[in-house]
Amino acid sequence: MTADEIKRRLVSHLAKIASDVDVGAVDEHADLRDELDIDSLDFLRFMKAIKDDLGVAVPEEDYAKVRSLAGAAAYVAAKIA
Amino acid sequence: MEGATLVAFRRAPGDRIARGDVVAEVETDKGILDVEAYEAGVLERFVAEPGQHVRVGEPIALLRALGEAASLPAPPAAEPPTTPSAVAPVAPAPAPATAAAALEEHEHEAPRASPLARRRAHELDVDLTTLQGTGRHGTISVEDVERAAAARSPAPTAHVPEAAPAGAKPAAEPPEADARARMRRVIAATMERSKREIPHFYLSSTLDLEPALAWLAERNRAVSVEERVLPAALFLKAVARAARAIPEANARWTGERVERVADVHVAMAISLRGGGLVAPAVHHVDRLSLAELMASLGDVAGRARGGRLRASEMTDGTIAVTSLGDRGVESVLPIVFPPQVAMIGFGKVVLRPWVIDGAVVPRRVVTVTLAADHRVLDGHRGGLFLEAVEAYLTKPEDP
Repeated sequence: MTADEIKRRLVSHLAKIASDVDVGAVDEHADLRDELDIDSLDFLRFMKAIKDDLGVAVPEEDYAKVRSLAGAAAYVAAKIA
Repeated sequence: MEGATLVAFRRAPGDRIARGDVVAEVETDKGILDVEAYEAGVLERFVAEPGQHVRVGEPIALLRALGEAASLPAPPAAEPPTTPSAVAPVAPAPAPATAAAALEEHEHEAPRASPLARRRAHELDVDLTTLQGTGRHGTISVEDVERAAAARSPAPTAHVPEAAPAGAKPAAEPPEADARARMRRVIAATMERSKREIPHFYLSSTLDLEPALAWLAERNRAVSVEERVLPAALFLKAVARAARAIPEANARWTGERVERVADVHVAMAISLRGGGLVAPAVHHVDRLSLAELMASLGDVAGRARGGRLRASEMTDGTIAVTSLGDRGVESVLPIVFPPQVAMIGFGKVVLRPWVIDGAVVPRRVVTVTLAADHRVLDGHRGGLFLEAVEAYLTKPEDP
């Protein structure tokens, strides 16, 4: 799966969680919680979506690495490479 | 919440209804709510129609008790029936009174009015209880409502929400903005009432959250993503435990005395995307395992944001929690949500120097604030409540 494809899928999941935000326009290096105004329940939903769709279970101790869109995409890419 | 607009019936006449079945949907300031039956029976007939504005406690459908013969000629639809039992739309949020109780009250107080008159009264912002009906048996007609609206002096300026001048709602306002403006008015009215009636006092404590977070991390490491538990669930659990230990915090003030509530349903303040908030109840938090609590929390929060809460969830809360999560501010002094008597605010978890065994160490801490109704709770008992919250967070268990 290409890096672009991974990012596209992550964006589609985030768009479901923050339905009123243009997820395509977020700063991909910024903290998603700030960019999308999401809470811990929303973030957990995002983690579930990554696991269900891309097969990557992000342990809690790695949350710091997946707080941004770019970080999450890089993390997933490394795990499924 | 004073009323709602009936959106649709979900069941048909002749259907067997169990207690708790969703029979209709109503639109309120807090979104679409499912209306559940409070008694079992067979749906006899509808007494309200979709699109109609119904007041709290006003019947929308009649249920015939199982085994009871079908009723004889139907009474006029607008007359609050005494039997068979009626399905009432929504109890006043967050009043603990059951819909049945609300109905009973309504039977004594509510004026008779035709459905059309009720709708017109809603449109013209006319209070039916102030009218004297000229119809048969004093029933209020559309003409009575329109006469009252025409006779009314120019809309009073005090207490008339800016977004909706009486009788002159701007037609151009999009429905979503309208719903948001209505929600804002409900929040405003509830908060005003709380600050007017409830003598608040506040107690705060900053707790070392390291034991709870370490316990949680270990627990979550051993389970799948789906089964992870968030600190917010531990906060709810800690409050429910404390509510059990200090029962007057899980109570209401009747005007004369304290009435304790047996069940612990924690209303969780959930901010909505785009503004506004709701505080739906998570039921029986004291009895749920953490996994069950997480499932309930996810379900309620998801439906709150999707505008699909059940009426009972809006009214069942017995104590409330607001948790600002891992961002935002360090402490929050909540406003008690009447008729509840306590609300507990959790600020964000922050890393702070902490003294343990004479040494300064970095610890993650949280500031917990109890806002309480001094008519019901005193400082000493409030302090014990916070101690009970701390006791659970120092040594969490499941369930």
